[in-house]
Amino acid sequence: MPKLPAPPLPAPLKTPPPRPGSGNGKEGPLEDAMNAGISVVDWVDERTSLSGAARWLMFRKVPKGTNWFYTLGSATLFAFLNQAVTGVFLAMYYRPEPSGGAYESIRYVTNDVFLGQFVRSMHKWGATVMVVLVFLHMGRTFFFGAYKYPRELNWVIGVVLLILTMAMGFTGYLLPFDQRAFWATTVGVNINGTGPLLGPYLSDFLYGGAEFNATTLSRFYAIHMLIIPGLIVALIGAHLYLVTKLGTTAPPWQKAETRHELRETEV
Amino acid sequence: MADRRSKQTSKYTLDRGMPGAFEGETITRRRFMTGTAHGAGAVAAAAFTLPALGFALGPIFKSTPHRWEVVGTVDEFPDNNYVPVVLTLTPGIGNAGKTTAYVRKFNPAIDTDPYDKGTPYIAISDRCAHLGCPVRWVDASERFVCPCHGGVYDLLGRRVSGPPVRPLDRFYSRVTGENVELGPRFSVNSLLRRFSPRLPGEPLDGIGQYLYPSTPGAKKL
Repeated sequence: MPKLPAPPLPAPLKTPPPRPGSGNGKEGPLEDAMNAGISVVDWVDERTSLSGAARWLMFRKVPKGTNWFYTLGSATLFAFLNQAVTGVFLAMYYRPEPSGGAYESIRYVTNDVFLGQFVRSMHKWGATVMVVLVFLHMGRTFFFGAYKYPRELNWVIGVVLLILTMAMGFTGYLLPFDQRAFWATTVGVNINGTGPLLGPYLSDFLYGGAEFNATTLSRFYAIHMLIIPGLIVALIGAHLYLVTKLGTTAPPWQKAETRHELRETEV
Repeated sequence: MADRRSKQTSKYTLDRGMPGAFEGETITRRRFMTGTAHGAGAVAAAAFTLPALGFALGPIFKSTPHRWEVVGTVDEFPDNNYVPVVLTLTPGIGNAGKTTAYVRKFNPAIDTDPYDKGTPYIAISDRCAHLGCPVRWVDASERFVCPCHGGVYDLLGRRVSGPPVRPLDRFYSRVTGENVELGPRFSVNSLLRRFSPRLPGEPLDGIGQYLYPSTPGAKKL
């Protein structure tokens, strides 16, 4: 089986040559295990060329002056992944029944399930963390001028993601179905109703009828679990694709290097 | 310009110079196949999109039937103070479908509005007309007070202070034998004229009743 040539990795990531005197070139069990792992990865890579995509994603060039502000986007993604994972675990216990099952299932998760309180807290506080990071990331993008040509579409996708994040917060707030959840949702849906002409119809769409009824909680649950996360995942994919394709910008205080002959002479 | 109009393309593919055209053919086979495939795709997509749309938007148009509910006997309600009663707006979902109403017997000295004539009992909804928080009747000051944003209503449910845009909603009432029954909810404007039930936050004075229509789900009264 001909071995593919090693990919051009940056120097720190190349496998270091074996130290002289260690094992004398003999293949011990550790080397066998490493070779087995490498051949599995090679097998997949030969059939998918994923290493090319991974190299494009991870070893792309970034401008001089890239600083810690640029990590806010990845931080937001990490917060979203936290919400998704903790949300999946909560969904294993949650029952969207307005006649008592919802509140009781959340009480069960919080009190009786091993680490249930931890997972629920991660989800609840993760929501706040995600909103804060989203706004910080949006602010960073705005103040660094990273929304200008050719990145306008990326900004638009980001705004849609912001609206979807707010919608996730709104729909998720109802699910514990305690007093605060119920009345906050009542107020929120009624705020929608104050818009002229279309407001009452929007409120009816959210309620699933003229007032809070048997299907309202299920509706909010479906929107929170299925519709909006699907849209968010698709748009995050588009957002990341555009970021890697277009590259990131340098901070606004970074001066471009010009050739000596082209610089204006100092008077 | 005159050239383009006079040089009209014939409807026969043979005349248009399509390769492989038959005598009398008006549409190429490629175009026919493409159009048919697109049509079948549209039918398949509609087969799952339209029911989903109907499922999402259908409840807006469904209207619940009017219900009359017994809330007490005729001697439980005074005519100068409000007694809270619990109503079931939506059956089957436990406490989330219940709401509170403040009931008082009709008092001709207080209820002087011509629109109120003939109502045996005045039943005021506890949902604030600002954004829907439940209001509390304070007997000492004869006011309804909303805890959320400080809306205050007087004895007749009319707005006295705060952000609400119209008076508190009311329920129809009737007496059946010894029992007082409450019926559907209706909204009032600041003159206490009656309208089909609206959501909180929707004013009904002047242009408000046209700007904020009652939706198909809320049955017209």
